[in-house]
Amino acid sequence: MSKIITRLGDGSFIEMTEKEIREDIDAGITEAVENGEVPPLGQDEIEYLVDLFKREDRIVGVAPGKEVIMTYDAGTLKIKRHSLFEDRVNALAIYERLLGADTMELCHVDYSYKPLKPIVSYEVGTLEQALSVTHAPLFYGAMPNLGLYTQPDGPYPNPMELLPQGKIKEGRAAYDEMVGTAVEDIVFIAEAMWEAGADGINLDTVGASGDPDFKASLLATEHLVAKYPDIPIMMGMAGEYVLGMHGEMYHDGQRLAGMYPTDQLKIAEKAGVAMFGPVVNTNNTESTPWNLARTITLIKPASEASKIPVIANMGMGVGAVPVTDYPPVDIVSRVSKAMVELCRLDGI
Amino acid sequence: MGGMRTAGDLVARVQMTKKLRINEAKKYVADKLKIDVKELSDPIIMSEVRSDLGFGIMMPLGGVPKGLECKFNIARVLDLDINCLNRFKTKAGLA
Repeated sequence: MSKIITRLGDGSFIEMTEKEIREDIDAGITEAVENGEVPPLGQDEIEYLVDLFKREDRIVGVAPGKEVIMTYDAGTLKIKRHSLFEDRVNALAIYERLLGADTMELCHVDYSYKPLKPIVSYEVGTLEQALSVTHAPLFYGAMPNLGLYTQPDGPYPNPMELLPQGKIKEGRAAYDEMVGTAVEDIVFIAEAMWEAGADGINLDTVGASGDPDFKASLLATEHLVAKYPDIPIMMGMAGEYVLGMHGEMYHDGQRLAGMYPTDQLKIAEKAGVAMFGPVVNTNNTESTPWNLARTITLIKPASEASKIPVIANMGMGVGAVPVTDYPPVDIVSRVSKAMVELCRLDGI
Repeated sequence: MGGMRTAGDLVARVQMTKKLRINEAKKYVADKLKIDVKELSDPIIMSEVRSDLGFGIMMPLGGVPKGLECKFNIARVLDLDINCLNRFKTKAGLA
């Protein structure tokens, strides 16, 4: 039986038979169905995935006319990460004129809302300059990153130290306070950037600190949309389910802990989010067929239920893309094509 | 979609501001530009359309509209409200 070359979630090569690929696809779907309580993929979709991995082309793509937009979070940070010390305005010009970005994002290297407060006027100045010389839509973005609000970096006791001591009430009280302060910070920065002319605001890796992080992002979105009804807020999640760090945090009567992409999207849409980026985390030790089948099974129902554009997060370690600094194009193109075509995404 | 090389930035703007899904956003832009949806992703056709309408091109040498100038053209032709243009008009006393 001939072998098919693909990769594991860590990017390393693996040879699999068609039977093994089918078994991994089934296993990935089963895991998604059991954990996410979503419908399984149909046989047509399974055959699509098997054929996709059997193809020998290094790079695959969608049919002409079926392209979707590609958004880029933290663009200016990523240019710097390659030791390319371009001024951020030039970095954005690189994104739009050399990389063909459909949207761009100005950000600071310290990519969280809290540390932006003391330097907001400098960020506004850079944004104004960038807006005057670029053409593609330009977001300003950062992460809510509620972890920064805990002592010693922040003002509040660290729930991760309180909870193991059995101080549940104190830990939750700390999270409640962190949410309030984080909302103030996110709104402060977002208002400044919108007033400066930004095309939109990105809340990145929402839920990274669990349900309090998601709560802060939803409240901030509601506040901003109430004040500026036309403001496009893009919300990109950190994980496929919301970790219950607080465990009893509710929004609109729904408990946030444990929410998977479909429920995350619905509550974000109701809060006023304009574009939603669901995430499914890549499992390093499983094959790409397993990871991709699981990702599509979890995200497809969210996309079907959505009234707003769904821009799935697909990058290092998410969206079935391997967890490596150098995502291989054979896998990136396959998973992108499958996600766009089977989940009917509006963008990546 | 290729951004400024084609119509990706335009479709993205429509998605963001009007909360349209991809097919509706593409149809919106194609209708406004009076071209077929399939032509939105063609760099040959779109480079001509962009040049003709002053939407910004990948190699903006001397004399062609750039930056804010292009955004005014995009806002007018696509009937979009572009935030930074409102600010420009206010700051320049044109509002």
